[in-house]
Formats: sequence, structure tokens, C-alpha cells
Amino acid sequence: MSQAQASRAAGDSNPDRATRLKLYRTMLEVRLVEKRAYDLFMQNLIKGTSHLALGQEAIAAGFGVAMRRDDYTFCTYRGHAHTLVRGASMVGVLGELMGRECGLMAGKGGSMHLTSAEHGALGSYAIVGAHLPIAAGAAWSAQYRGTEQVAVCFFGDGATNIGAFHEALNLAAVWKLPVVFVCENNLYMEYTPIGAVTAVPHPAADRAAAYGLDSIIVDGNDVDAVYAVAMRTLARARAGEGPSLVEAKTYRHSGHSRADPGKYRPTPEVEAWMKRDPLPTYRHRLLELAIPDAELAAIEGDVRARVDAATEAARKSPPPPVELAFTQVWADGGFAWRN
Amino acid sequence: MEELTYREAVARGIAQEMARDQSVVFLGEDIASAGGVFKTTGGLLERFGPKRVRDTPISEQAIVGAAVGAAMTGLRPIAEIMFSDFLAVCWDIVANEMAKMRYMTNGQVTMPVVIRTANGAGSRFGAQHSQSVENWAMMVPGLKVVAPSTPADVIGLLAAAVRDPDPVLFFEHKSLYGTKGLVPEDTLVDQLGKAKVLRQGSDVTLAALAAMVPRALAAAERLASEHGVSATVVDVRSLVPLDTATLLREIQHTGRLVTIEENPRLCGWGAEIVSIAAHEIFYSLDGPALRITTPHLPLPSADNLEDAVLPTVDRIVKEIVETFD
Repeated sequence: MSQAQASRAAGDSNPDRATRLKLYRTMLEVRLVEKRAYDLFMQNLIKGTSHLALGQEAIAAGFGVAMRRDDYTFCTYRGHAHTLVRGASMVGVLGELMGRECGLMAGKGGSMHLTSAEHGALGSYAIVGAHLPIAAGAAWSAQYRGTEQVAVCFFGDGATNIGAFHEALNLAAVWKLPVVFVCENNLYMEYTPIGAVTAVPHPAADRAAAYGLDSIIVDGNDVDAVYAVAMRTLARARAGEGPSLVEAKTYRHSGHSRADPGKYRPTPEVEAWMKRDPLPTYRHRLLELAIPDAELAAIEGDVRARVDAATEAARKSPPPPVELAFTQVWADGGFAWRN
Repeated sequence: MEELTYREAVARGIAQEMARDQSVVFLGEDIASAGGVFKTTGGLLERFGPKRVRDTPISEQAIVGAAVGAAMTGLRPIAEIMFSDFLAVCWDIVANEMAKMRYMTNGQVTMPVVIRTANGAGSRFGAQHSQSVENWAMMVPGLKVVAPSTPADVIGLLAAAVRDPDPVLFFEHKSLYGTKGLVPEDTLVDQLGKAKVLRQGSDVTLAALAAMVPRALAAAERLASEHGVSATVVDVRSLVPLDTATLLREIQHTGRLVTIEENPRLCGWGAEIVSIAAHEIFYSLDGPALRITTPHLPLPSADNLEDAVLPTVDRIVKEIVETFD
């Protein structure tokens, strides 16, 4: 049993050294892949749109490290991070963004639909709120099959105002489903402050009571805090005690999407949040915990090299064969609608 | 063989598949304790228990979403949407998620979901509980669409739909629930994508679906006895996949095509069949194709108003006879 597993088995919410290094590495992997995605956009090697999780890495990493290998992830169009942390390859992610054959879905899904079923990453959903009931369904299936798997469903603050959010929360609570709903509240619903369009100050946590759930707010920029909440809510779900709704406060460093420079956000607000960047703050904490700088630098060098190698591999991968457009509508592999 | 109602056939079909396969689960509003608002699902809760037969809140997105998530993780759910009109409130999950997931993920996930729903007019329920919406589903790549007209087809096609690895929208016709038919007593499994020739004629081929099938058969009787017109009647049964082989063969045989559709006029399934026939067997046609549909209207409620807009046997006979004038 690894240290991390032992710590988990003991229900210890204060991560051990190995877990902390894993959390740091995982956040860094997301950070550097997202930055690379941005660079590749600027080089016009990635088309379409893209919604980066720069600044929000601690939520994906905290949950990703805490989850069991066979748990399920459901996430949104801002889903590169959540797909990567489950173990999907960087080349598969970058290749998909670039529309290459090596992509996770060989170019058929694109940035907003990253999926790696073999890693339990069961889809990135581009219609706001749609995946909350679907995650509840996966949790229902786990409950029915008695596997103690948990579905974790990530969504933005904007999703708390759509009907599917409320339908899914209610069903999950009534059926006591093993699902953890995680609201990544980055304060803006696309271009509009969430507070300006929501009746309560905490868009997710203030709604929890309506479904008989605890109000849980966590600092989404503190990966240790996210990890602790993840361990607690996953254990509750696995024990058959039902769903949780977590609101993680965070901030995106860039705009909503590729098309958005994010000019609507006041400069002092942006500056304040940049000081709370989850990566440098966590690096600082690790140094304070007497983890040698050289050890962190080694991780950083390794992740950088892996992102570079993945980028090169994705660039060298050919575009998918055109015939692929006509496959996989049906389980027989084809798309025939008549005989 | 034994005689069952179309309504009883629904429960029979679900039970047949639940007894065979533990991964088949069933969810919907009022389907368990109450046995369904159309009394189509009585006895299933008692036989298969509350773990497999689950009442839900009035939450169509949660119902279909839960079915989708369960299907992606190894179950074969049957979800009931009480009235097909209510598909509009969960259409995102149906058309954007369930239908496209396999394609978008390049085959990483399989989606064996069946959505059963009560479709169609005849019960004087007005514009929001009477529509024929099978064409909504037919237009979305990735959905299979079935609409049985007899108790035997309900069982056989439902079994085929449950066993199919792709999502199937299963349109039961609410005005057929009380109709009776003979069904075999042992396991019945049909095939999706197969039309059925119910009557062979020589002058005109009538293609009909669901509640329009018995009307087409009645019209064919009157065409023969009163007008000397001999009609073939094809029950289309499956819109996706569409059995164009059977349809085109039967149209070529008579040289004339009439579609009998309950749906409002625009973009009905019949238009697709007419278009295929016009393109592929144009030189076998002896006259213009005719589409008999409900006019492009919402449905009214009063008896005489609803009867006035739906294709009745009288109207079917009259419009067909006119094409022979």
C-alpha cells in the first residue's frame, strides 16, 4: 500500500508528503498543458474554441488525486483539466484539440467534448448543466451494481441557474446516489458576474438546503483544502450516505473562452486573485514543509519535458482519415439510416 | 397464441426483457406503484422490485439523463416519458447528449437506452398532450425511431429496442392502448428497421404508421369494395432505420404511393419516403405521390374539431379516389 493509499484508508485529510507532491505535479501538468493549448491557438494549430482552466487547477487536481481509479468524472467544456487528471494522455488531449488522429477521439469531438472512457472520464459536456443528471445516472448504475464507485460531476457557477441542476440534485438526494457535485465558482457566468444574475450569494452552497444537503464551501485555490473535501465527500458517497454538493471558490486567469480577453473584470480583482494563484502558493507551502527546492524543480523539469514531447507527438500526428467522419453513429460502427 | 391489448403488451414486453437480463432497469413518472397513467406498466414493481422499477419525480431531464448515465456504465435502462409532448422539456439530453455521445467520443461509449412514450391524438387532450412527434426524433442523427401498431409488434419491437446497443425512441400510440391482437405465448423478439406488408394490392401502395395503420387497412377495404381500387398497405413500423427496400418494392409493384401520417404537414416522415421514391424509382411511378397528413396546425380538443383535422378513413378514401379521377 502506498503512502497515499494508507493515508486515504486512515481517513486522514491532511495529505502526506507523497500525496502533496502528486497534487503539485498534477496541478502543474494541467497548468502547462493549458498554457501549451493557448500557445498552439496563437499559432493557429488549434481551431474552434477552447475554455482554459488556468487558475482553477487545484479543483481538478484535488479531486483527481482523491478519486478511485474506477470512479467516474463528468465535466464541462472547460474540461481539459478534469480529463488529464484521470490519466488521459497529454498527447491524446493536445492531439484532440489540434484535430489529429492521435486525439482522444481522433478529432471527432474537439476541445469541448474530451472523453477518455478507459480512465473513467465519461465526457465533457458543452450544454450547460446537461451532465448533472447524466452523472446521477452513472451513480445510480454504480449503486445498482453495488460497486462503490462514485460519480464526480464538475460544473460552473452558471449551471446552478439551469433546470437540470435542480432536477439532478433532487433525484440524487431522493435516491441517495453516490455522486459528488462540484461547482467551480469562478465568479463569472461567461461574461456576467454570477452575483448579478443569482438570487443567493453562494450559487451552489445556498441551494444545498433545498435538497437536504450540507452547505459546503471550499477554497478552490487551495489544493490541500480541495483534497480534504474530496476525501470526505467521496467517502460519504462510497458508504452509501448519498450525494454532496461542494462549492469551490476560484478564479480563471483568462477570459471565458478563446474569444474573450476578460476585460469586464476589474483590475484590482484580477490582481488580488493572481496573488492567490494555486501553483506558486502551493509551491511556497511545500518549501515551508521542508520539501527541497531541487525536488520540486525536478518535477517541474519532468512535466515540462513531457508536455514538450506530447506537443511534438501531436504535431507529427496526421489529421484523421476523412472516412472517420462517417463512422460510429451506431454501435455497428456505421451511420446507415436505411437499407 | 393469446389475445392481449396493446396496453397489456407493453408490460409483457418490458417484463420479458427484465426477466431475461438483470441489467434492464425501468424508470419514469408513476410507472411503479401506480402502474402507469395509461395502466401500461402494472405488475412490474411487484414482480421486479423497487430497485429495478423506479418512480421518479416530474423531472424529464433527470429521467432521461439518469438513463443515459446508467447506459454509459453498463445498464440497459428503459425510461418512460409519460406523453411524447414532454420530450420537449428534455430534448437537450435526447438530441444533444444521448444521440451524439457515441459519435463525439469516436465509439468510446455505448448507449443502449429505450425511451418509451405515449404519442398521438384521438383522446381529446388538446395541443400539448396529443402530438405525433416521431418526426422530431427522426431528424436527429443517432436516434432510432420505432412506432408499433399492434400488440405483437409492441412486444417484439420493444424487445428488439431493449437489446439494441443504440438509443431507441419507442412511440406507443395512446389511442391504440385499448386495441386487441393475438400474440405468441413464448418469447417474442422482432427486428428494428423492418416494415411489414399487411395487405397486397395492385393499384396503390399505402404507407402508414401507428394509429394510421388500422385506418389505412379500413380505407383499403372501402377502396376495394366501393371504388374498385386495390391497395397494398405497408406498416412502416420503424422510421430509423427505414426499410426502404420493402417500401420501394411495394411502391414499384403498384406504381402509386400514398403516405398516411398523423403528424402536421411539414417535414413528416412521408415526405422523406416520397423524396426517396421520386429520386430512385421515378420511372416506376404511374401518378403523383400523395401525402395525407394532419394540416399544419396545433391539435384542437373538441371531438368534432380533432376529428376534422386528423386523417380519417373517410378522408383517406376521398383523397385517394380523387387521384384516380
